[in-house]
Amino acid sequence: MIALRGLAILLLLQIAGEGLIRVLGLPFPGPVVGLVLLLIALRWAWLREPVAAIAEMLLTHLSLLFIPVGVGVITHLGLVSQFGWQLLLVIVLSTWTGLAVTALVFRRLLRSSDLPNETS
Amino acid sequence: MNDFVQLWVYLSTTPLFGLTATLVTYVLATTAYDRLIRAPWANPVLWSVLCIGGVLLATDTPYPTYFAGAQFVHVLLGPAVVALGWPLWQRRFELKRRWVAITGAAVAGGIAAGGSAVALAWAFDMPTEVVRSLASKSVTAPVAMGIAERVGGVPALAAVFAVITGLVGAMSGKYLFDWLGITSWAVRGFALGTAAHGIGAARALQVHTDAGAYAGIALGVQVLLSSILIPLFFRWFA
Repeated sequence: MIALRGLAILLLLQIAGEGLIRVLGLPFPGPVVGLVLLLIALRWAWLREPVAAIAEMLLTHLSLLFIPVGVGVITHLGLVSQFGWQLLLVIVLSTWTGLAVTALVFRRLLRSSDLPNETS
Repeated sequence: MNDFVQLWVYLSTTPLFGLTATLVTYVLATTAYDRLIRAPWANPVLWSVLCIGGVLLATDTPYPTYFAGAQFVHVLLGPAVVALGWPLWQRRFELKRRWVAITGAAVAGGIAAGGSAVALAWAFDMPTEVVRSLASKSVTAPVAMGIAERVGGVPALAAVFAVITGLVGAMSGKYLFDWLGITSWAVRGFALGTAAHGIGAARALQVHTDAGAYAGIALGVQVLLSSILIPLFFRWFA
């Protein structure tokens, strides 16, 4: 029940986000505005327990939620057969670039501030 | 045999099929993943997508038929993005203390990932809508779709690129970090959340709590930054 209350809160915030975008003509996806609204709404202590319950549930099983769109690759087999290995190469190389740059920059910036001793 | 075929024909046209296939495959794939001590190549999203996709192709079941049931899982992506506010709020003091490092690394990593993808795709002479759909590949699928729609990409393609990116990050991150000598769990998790979004963050969470915590922060920050920066970039330069 507590998680359901949390889900109701998240859905209401998402709808509020979608509404704000349309009314104000903001260039963001609805759920992102919902995220910002949640950060503001969490000032109210009574929201925290239900939000925590549903957030932990959704975020632990986040992988599951990607399966329906992932399967959608079968509708783009034409593109895949035309640009298959180039697309894969682009995605693999850019992902490695992104991972490496993020890790190296984050490590450098943390070191220049105060780094807690959390090496593996 | 004929009865079986008839049952299949009936079941595969009801929403029950897509929903059940998604959940059962995911549960089986996750169990196998745990048995294989969470080896990166055993990623449950990858195997679920391959199994379901393979069955759909083999049985000539159209994707919309599958999606009629799978959409009940899919709609939860929206509230899941809103829920990313929770780990951010939980670690708000950490965020305040390290905001320079966090936003600096998130912006640098986001530009490196999206920029290199766009540049490479452009160099390969890919169609414009493919190039534009690649820009948001490091952002979690539902947000990537929203961004792609705004910058003239194809939302469905953007979602698929995002899922593949997440898989590549989750499956190869370990080896890349070992090679680069990145030993801090916080840094590894943060990089996975930034460049490989939800799927990378899910992997980080399974490996180490510190990695998971920082991946959660990175995921939320990346969603906020890229929703603002990618459309601005395309407005200015394209």
